Amino acid sequence: MLAFQILIDGFAISALYALGATGFTLIFGVSGVLNLSHGAIMVLAAVAAWAAASVFHVNTYAGALIGVGVALIAAIVTYFAVVQPIQKSTRIPNEEKEIFVLTGTLLWGIMIQELIAYFFTNNAKTVLPIVEGVVAILGVRTPRNEIFTAVVCCLVIGLLWLLVNRTRTGKAVLAASMNPRGVTLLGLELTNIYVVVWAIYGILAGIAGVLLGMFLGVSSYSVGPLTASAFSIVVLGGLGSVSGSLIAAFVVGYLETFTAYLISPAYRTIPALLLLVIVMYIRPQGLLGRR
Amino acid sequence: MTKTSRSPLSRSLSRLLGATALGLLATASGQALAADPIKIGVIAEAQAIAGASIPQAAQMAADEINAKGGVDGRKIEIVTYDNHSSSADSVRAFQRAVNEDKVHMVIASYISEVVLALEPWASRLKTPFITPGAASNEISKSVHNDYEKNKYTFHGYLTSAALALSVCDAAKELLAEQKNMKTAVIMSEDAAWTKPLDIGYEECLPKAGLKVLDHIRFSPDTTDFTPIFNKIEGSKPDVIITGISHVGVQPTVQWKNQQVPIPMLGIASQATNETFGKDTNDASNGVLYQGVSGPGVPVTPKSIPFADGFKAKFGNYPSYAGYTAYDEVYFIADAVKRAGTTDADKLVDALEKTDWEGTIGRVQFYGKDDPFTHSIKYGKGLITGLMLQWQDGKQVSVWPKEVAKGTLKFPSFIKVTSN
Repeated sequence: MLAFQILIDGFAISALYALGATGFTLIFGVSGVLNLSHGAIMVLAAVAAWAAASVFHVNTYAGALIGVGVALIAAIVTYFAVVQPIQKSTRIPNEEKEIFVLTGTLLWGIMIQELIAYFFTNNAKTVLPIVEGVVAILGVRTPRNEIFTAVVCCLVIGLLWLLVNRTRTGKAVLAASMNPRGVTLLGLELTNIYVVVWAIYGILAGIAGVLLGMFLGVSSYSVGPLTASAFSIVVLGGLGSVSGSLIAAFVVGYLETFTAYLISPAYRTIPALLLLVIVMYIRPQGLLGRR
Repeated sequence: MTKTSRSPLSRSLSRLLGATALGLLATASGQALAADPIKIGVIAEAQAIAGASIPQAAQMAADEINAKGGVDGRKIEIVTYDNHSSSADSVRAFQRAVNEDKVHMVIASYISEVVLALEPWASRLKTPFITPGAASNEISKSVHNDYEKNKYTFHGYLTSAALALSVCDAAKELLAEQKNMKTAVIMSEDAAWTKPLDIGYEECLPKAGLKVLDHIRFSPDTTDFTPIFNKIEGSKPDVIITGISHVGVQPTVQWKNQQVPIPMLGIASQATNETFGKDTNDASNGVLYQGVSGPGVPVTPKSIPFADGFKAKFGNYPSYAGYTAYDEVYFIADAVKRAGTTDADKLVDALEKTDWEGTIGRVQFYGKDDPFTHSIKYGKGLITGLMLQWQDGKQVSVWPKEVAKGTLKFPSFIKVTSN
């Protein structure tokens, strides 16, 4: 009984972690950007979906779509307002650009967080689930919304795989991640590819944010922990490796659920962080890292 | 350039003007001295709903007092500071309030950790200080343990010990006697205010007829409550007794989504806010929470006019700390009037003699020899607290029966039984 419970609860949270981390790692893989405003964009999506439904009274589906749309816009704005100016700047030495992008996105994330807190307070908000009610799976009372979350996460990750491996745009993205110079020599505009990647990222982060809002709820306080959790999952899986991130997401998700059930909910995140430290010692490039 | 000599007439005229100006200046400053405002610093969590009501309610009370002519001709001036829920920011705000803005008294914060950080500063800067919403027993215990040093701190809200008593009194009547419930699990966040609360619960719940089966403390940054609810369900209690303030929306929504069949009753600070229903998409229905007042509840004749006036002005009903902050400005003004001065030590003496009927009941402070010196007194005829329940998106008082507006009503997934 307890084993099934851990299996089911762990799966939903892991799938959500996986979706959140996928976009994060995709951007790093393609453009070398570690986007530290990740958590803020996820929270923004959830709060927008909440506000659309609770303040402006649109229906649940439209609210969820608005949430994803807001994240998409936020991601593109992040690229054009924060990342691109730093990358194109001639006054910042090339070797310092990475650190500038890190700082820039971090500050951008804090700005979004403070704005959310200012307009919507720092109390948690929850998005009304698209499907309500519970079903018994193997004797475990499971909210339908939890199943919905897991299914949507798996579907979206599947679609992403198809997009990257089976479409022309996806192949260009893949090529840019391997050799940006080669891509430009083939006559493709690198900026266009980056915009596509940021748009994909925005949609992924938006869906993850809205689902998180339905499943657990978010507040402006969630910004830091969400960025940190995506960051540690991606580092554990290997920076830039999408499949590594997927595996790491499930390792972290199940380890946390295990700890919460078998040891104490108070120590939930500790074993996963210990694992991260151990992996850093033994295999600094992460589970499936290329470098 | 040639120097023109001025006529004797113009010289004397200018002297006259000068003298008049000086005279005017003197009278002006004399008047300013008489009408020197009573300055109250308000340090609060402007971004948190519970905290946001504090400066709003304080300003509302000040405006009302000023409209009636102030205190002996002196206006009340509220100076507000946002502490971003941080102790460090609060300490800086306190120093600034006293040293630069020259406030006479400070009202600050609903978070025990913040209040405990400010307490030594009230002593060092010899400035009377009162909290409208923190609960930790330690706040008033420190006053008792070192009165001369800490006498500047007042605890304008119930201590955790009193809150536990209030919850147990309500649980006894509503659950043990009316619903024949026999067992409970305590679920509380790990924070300064819940330590004495939990001790209080462990002691008074069995006396109220509810055996404590388990006791779960969790980190205030918990987001996934599934394992906690599953663990609680495993021990099959009749009720979950809560002690939550930093969290609220998330456990409530997950309780509903997972259809945890056990009712929740206890302290849930976020549930005292009118916006709680919207924030949880009405998952709040059925939640029972302790309050000191509530919308539409005539705890005293002042309660409803205040709550309605607040809503008309700010668009929502006040949080629990709004009621207390409003009362505090009034009894501070009363103390200044009785003391006839804003001198810190005399103000402390006057505050100790407070006997004020506010929006939450009759406010009096425990004395030097009581264990909770300078905390507001709990008991019948003073402040007893209420039990309210979220019903169909509204906050309805259900206990004590003198002010009850409805009876217990739970969503369909709740099983009100005795296991």
